[in-house]
Amino acid sequence: MAKRRIAITGVSRFLGLRLAQALAGADDVGTLIGVDLDEPPITIPGLEFVRADIRSPLIARVLEATKVDTLVHTNIASSPQFLGGRTQMKENNVIGSMQLLAAAQRATRLKKVVMRSSSAIYGSGPAEPSLLPEDHAASQVELSGYGKDCAEAETYARDFGRRRPDVDLVILRTQPVVGPTVRTSMTDYLSLPIIPTALGFDPRLQLLHERDAVDALSQSIFRDCRGIFNVAADGVVYLSQAIRLLGKIELPLLLALAQSTASLLRRFETVDFPLDQLRLIVYGRVVDTRRAREAFGFAPKFTTRDTLIDFKENRADDYTVEPSERRPGWERELFDYLNRRSAPSREKV
Amino acid sequence: MAEAEVIQLAGRARRRAGAGARTRCRAVTGSGRRCRNYAVGPSGYCRVHETRERAAGAGRAEKRKVVPGPGEEDGSFGDFVRRRLSGDYPVDDFGYDPELSRTVLLPLMKPLYERYFRVRTIGIDRIPATGAALLVANHSGTIPLDGAVLQYAVATEHPQKRVVRHIAANLAFRTPFFGPIARKSGAALANDEDAQELLRRGEIVGVFPEGFKGVGKGWSERYRLQRFGRGGFIQLALRNRVPIIPISIVGAEEAYPMIANLRVVARIFGFPYFPITPTFPLLGPLGALPLPSRWLIEFGEPIPMDAYPEDAAEDPMLVFDLSDRVRDIIQQMLYRNLKLRGNAFF
Repeated sequence: MAKRRIAITGVSRFLGLRLAQALAGADDVGTLIGVDLDEPPITIPGLEFVRADIRSPLIARVLEATKVDTLVHTNIASSPQFLGGRTQMKENNVIGSMQLLAAAQRATRLKKVVMRSSSAIYGSGPAEPSLLPEDHAASQVELSGYGKDCAEAETYARDFGRRRPDVDLVILRTQPVVGPTVRTSMTDYLSLPIIPTALGFDPRLQLLHERDAVDALSQSIFRDCRGIFNVAADGVVYLSQAIRLLGKIELPLLLALAQSTASLLRRFETVDFPLDQLRLIVYGRVVDTRRAREAFGFAPKFTTRDTLIDFKENRADDYTVEPSERRPGWERELFDYLNRRSAPSREKV
Repeated sequence: MAEAEVIQLAGRARRRAGAGARTRCRAVTGSGRRCRNYAVGPSGYCRVHETRERAAGAGRAEKRKVVPGPGEEDGSFGDFVRRRLSGDYPVDDFGYDPELSRTVLLPLMKPLYERYFRVRTIGIDRIPATGAALLVANHSGTIPLDGAVLQYAVATEHPQKRVVRHIAANLAFRTPFFGPIARKSGAALANDEDAQELLRRGEIVGVFPEGFKGVGKGWSERYRLQRFGRGGFIQLALRNRVPIIPISIVGAEEAYPMIANLRVVARIFGFPYFPITPTFPLLGPLGALPLPSRWLIEFGEPIPMDAYPEDAAEDPMLVFDLSDRVRDIIQQMLYRNLKLRGNAFF
C-alpha cells in the first residue's frame, strides 16, 4: 500500500493525541489529519489539525476534502467530567459516532476504519464468563452510561461495516487505560489516598497501559485485519491487591452506601466515578485478548501489575493534557479550511 | 512435637533439660522418630547421620519447594505477611491465589478434614499426574462443604498435590465474602467458556452436575442422585477429549441433614432453598456448624472420552446416554461406600 492518509478524531484527547504523536513521524504515513473541537494541547509537527465537530454533517466534507483512506475514531469519552455532563457525553459518543460513520459511508476512498470502543460494553456481573470473548453477548447485564454508549456506537459501526464491505472495520474494546500520563475515571479512582471498595467483594482488575493502548491502535491500522478485538494487559490483580501495590488504604463500604459515597466524591470534585462503573468495582471484568494477538500481533508490554507499578512510580504531577478552551464559531473556520483544501480541485467540477 | 509421643523418653528428656539443655541429633530415623544420639557434631547431626544428611539434604530441600503442601510455604512467615501486605503475589486469570490457598485456606480446613470428619479416600491416584481431567461428584449437604473437602483431599493426598478448579453457580459469586474466597481458592463460573478454558489449560476441573438439586434435597432422599443437569459436563469432556473421573462422596449428607425446606423464606431472600436442620435455626449461628459425620471419598476408574468421534458432543442421545452411565457408576459407588463406611458418626 502507498503512503497512508489517516484521519484521527478526538485528537485533542489522550488516546488521539498520543496516537497522532506516534504516527506523525512514521514512514508509511503520508498525511495525518487530526479532527477535534479543541486544539491539541501540544503541537505535533506533521499533523494537520482540523477544527470540526463530529456530530455535525459537515464532517462528511472534511473526509471528502482530505481524501483519507484510514479513519481512526477515538472520540468516545469514558466519563462525563471531560465533556461537561452526561447529556453532552452521550451526545458526543453516540450521535458523534452515528454522524461520523454516516459520513464515512460516503467517503469512497476509505479503506479502513478503526474505532475505539470499550470493554464496558460487556458490563460486569456475577454470571459473566471469567474471560470474556468478543462474541459474548451480555445477556444478564443491563448497560448504562459509558457501556451503553459504546454498545450504541458499535451498532452504528456494524451497520457501516455491513453497508461498506470493501472497508476493513476494526473495533477495539479496551480495558480501563491507566498509566503515568493518562487521566480516566480509573486513574482518578486509583489516585485517591483512601480507596472505597464494596464490602465483601473483591473483583479481579484488568487494565491496559496507555502505551499498549496506543500500540494496539497503530498496529491495527497497519496490519491487514478486520473485526472486533479485546485489548487489555496480561494477567489480573485483585482490587485489594492493587490497592496494596499502590500503597493506599482500602475502605470497604456497604454496597448500599456506595452510591451516596460516589456522588459525595463527585460533589467535592475529588473523583468522578460514574455510577455505571460501580459494578466494575463489585464484580470486575476480565477479557480474553487471544483474537487480537492472532489478528494483528497485539503484544502488551505491560502486565496489569506492571501497569499499576508504572502508574505508582512514574505518575507525573503535571500529567494532564487538558485541551485548550473551546472556541465558538468553528464552522466559519472549517469552511475556510475546506475552501482552501478544495480550491485546486474546484476547477474540475 | 515428637517428644510428647515418645513416652518412655519423656522423663529422661526432662531430666536432661534440667541438667542443662543438650542438643540432640536432628536426623529422623527409618522408623520416623528422631535420632536419640546426643553426641552431636557442629552440623547438628550425629556421626551416623551426618554423611547421609549432607548427601540428601540439598536434593530434598529442592523437592519440597516444587509442591509446597499446606503450611509449607516458601520463606518465613514474615516474608509471607510482607508479600500479602504489599500486594506482591501472583493470581491467575480466573483469580486463583495459590499462596493464599496453600498457606491460609487449606490449613484452615486441616482440622475439619482430619479430626472432625475423619475423611478417608480411596483411589486418589486415579487423578492423572498431569493434564486435564473432569471430576464428577455427587453434591449434598445443604451447605456445599463437599467441594472444599474434595479440594483439600486432592491438594494434600494426591502425589502431585493438584488443585481442583471447581465450577460454581453464579450465586456463589453474588454472595458477599464467600464469592471472593471461592475465586481465590480456584473456583470459576459454571458456564461453557470458563470450564472449557480451564481444561484447555490442563487443569483438573470439578463439577457437581446435580447443582442445587443435590445440595437442596431433603434428608429422606440422602445419597439418591438427582438429575444430572442437562449433560453439559459430558459435552465438555467430549469436546476437550478429557477423561471423566466419577467420584462418590459419603458423609456430607449427615453433616447438615436437611429436615425441611422453607420455600417461602427462600424465595424472599432469593436463595435456591432455605434449610431447616437439627441445629439450624434452632441454635442460631451455631447451627452453621456441621455435625461430625465420617466421610469416605472414592475416586472411580477414569472414563476415557477420546474414543468417541470428533462431533460426539453434538449427538444429544449419546450425551444423555453417557450422562446416565456416569450417574449410575456414581450411584453404585455411593451404595457400596455407604456400607463400607458403617456408622455415620462413630
